[in-house]
Amino acid sequence: MRRRVLPGLPLALGITLVYVGIIVVLPLAALVFKAASLGPEDYWRIVSSDRALASYRVTLLCALAATAFNLVFGLSLAWVLVRYRFPGRRLVDALVDLPFALPTAVAGIALTTLFATNGWFGGPLSHLGIKVAYTPLGIIVAMSFTSIPFIVRTVQPVLEELDPALEEAGQTLGASDLSIFASVMLPLLAPALLAGVSLSFARSLGEFGAIIFIAGNQPFSTEITALLAFIRLEEYDYPASAAIASVMLLTAFVMLALTNLMQARALRYTVKG
Amino acid sequence: MKIRLENVVKEFQTFRAVHGVSLDIESGELVALLGPSGSGKTTILRMVAGLEYADGGAIYFGEENATDIPVRERGVGFVFQHYALFPHMTVGENIAFGMKVSKVKRTPREIAARVTELLDLVQLGGLKDRFPGQISGGQRQRVALARALAVDPRVLLLDEPFGALDANVRRDLRRWLRKIHDELGITTLFVTHDQEEALDLADRVVILNKGKIVQEGTPEAVCRNPADAFVMNFLGDANRLDADIRGGKAYVDDIAFEADGVADGSGQILFRPADVTWREDGQGISAKIVRVIDRPDSRRVLAMTGSGQAVEFDTAPEFPHRKGEAGFIDIRRPRVYASA
Repeated sequence: MRRRVLPGLPLALGITLVYVGIIVVLPLAALVFKAASLGPEDYWRIVSSDRALASYRVTLLCALAATAFNLVFGLSLAWVLVRYRFPGRRLVDALVDLPFALPTAVAGIALTTLFATNGWFGGPLSHLGIKVAYTPLGIIVAMSFTSIPFIVRTVQPVLEELDPALEEAGQTLGASDLSIFASVMLPLLAPALLAGVSLSFARSLGEFGAIIFIAGNQPFSTEITALLAFIRLEEYDYPASAAIASVMLLTAFVMLALTNLMQARALRYTVKG
Repeated sequence: MKIRLENVVKEFQTFRAVHGVSLDIESGELVALLGPSGSGKTTILRMVAGLEYADGGAIYFGEENATDIPVRERGVGFVFQHYALFPHMTVGENIAFGMKVSKVKRTPREIAARVTELLDLVQLGGLKDRFPGQISGGQRQRVALARALAVDPRVLLLDEPFGALDANVRRDLRRWLRKIHDELGITTLFVTHDQEEALDLADRVVILNKGKIVQEGTPEAVCRNPADAFVMNFLGDANRLDADIRGGKAYVDDIAFEADGVADGSGQILFRPADVTWREDGQGISAKIVRVIDRPDSRRVLAMTGSGQAVEFDTAPEFPHRKGEAGFIDIRRPRVYASA
């Protein structure tokens, strides 16, 4: 018997594919096409120039640091929101989404104001000898701010579904809180954490608006790859811009593919057999 | 290990869940906590395990006051209603978990040997490398039991162990659990709302209602001598007729029943549907048949007494009478209680 799939497979499939084609594939194809208009030598010269290499390093390292921070802080935020009932919990829960809703430029300006040496946070920090605005630290702050919701929002539902009896079972079997966390909770949260981490990392790699205000944008030290591509664009050097962008595209693609593989491995126990 | 509960109290924010329960469980005994939902039975079990703290009273394991011993040091094996197996670990890893985290160090070989032994005990030899998501509910419950037994608990606690399984599997597992208990001789306390399960499995049944023990005793004792109307009703199908109690007799429509020791006033008589004989010779309470329902091995008759009270009783399949016929119901083994 044929099973009917609402609202009709051919129509739904057609619309989806057209959408994916126009919104996703076409611009990416144009990007690749543009980059390909350079010869291999020119392409390599542009993507491996010292300034480009420095920007990759800054972007990657800052994104890694921001993601590591978000992993710990986002997990504990999700934990607190799920496990505890406190006044203002719903407000905090709503605030988590703010970085999604806020225009990133606004976030960038606000963060810069706060972390500048005469700002509320920047002032006290500068007395301790820590400078945030116009340093890589500033980039990390901006990246963390814009990408933390990814971790919280991917982990939260999984944490909510986690049966409290699993922890109790661990306790009755004599396990310490630490070993329950490490060998029961963490493996069960791992797929969600991994998804959140990869989204957060991808977002950090591509973040632009929030960073350019706080970073200082000094070539070789605080210039991110997205900004370099933008600078080339402003110089009307479209192929060079596309070449740099293609490196980011490739990085994002490889990374998402890797996390998908890791997730499949982490979820292998769900396979019926 | 003998367990003793002394006047144990648990209060939750809105209501009092357990009101001063005292109970002795002998070493090696298999005891059922039986009651409807909200009767406090699971809360009592969780307090014995240490998963809930008692707000009053004391819990002794042998001579040791265990009230304030944290759950992980209490040495109980707990089997959860929905198994609570670790889904990302294989059956073997689940069973080994308690031994791996234990303070008592065992070599990997010892652990593996013990896992094999436990898998044989619960008759799941070939399933060591499966994940919990890949085996049936009954198998999961047996893995949960093996996991609980792996840490050599002093006491075995089971929370509605068969509640999530279908009827046939339940009966098999019940018989099997009894066998395991007899082999190991471990003191076992289990919670159920199913009276058949409690009577089938337990040495002693503790019946709870609204956070209090209403009766405890062997299955025979509670069945033959229900302490009050609640127990009588809870243990099985029962008819209830309003009665007047005067001078040690209970009167229903002018028919008298023995009611020794029941105070004068309004009362009730309760009896099982199987303890009724339909008569046409004037002996018993006059009644009229309202409906006859056929069952594979019997016929259930719904009747109305002269004073308009409904009665249901079981007869042989050959019962000849039909709707509308009048007669008398003769009650064997009636139990008389004062009205609550």
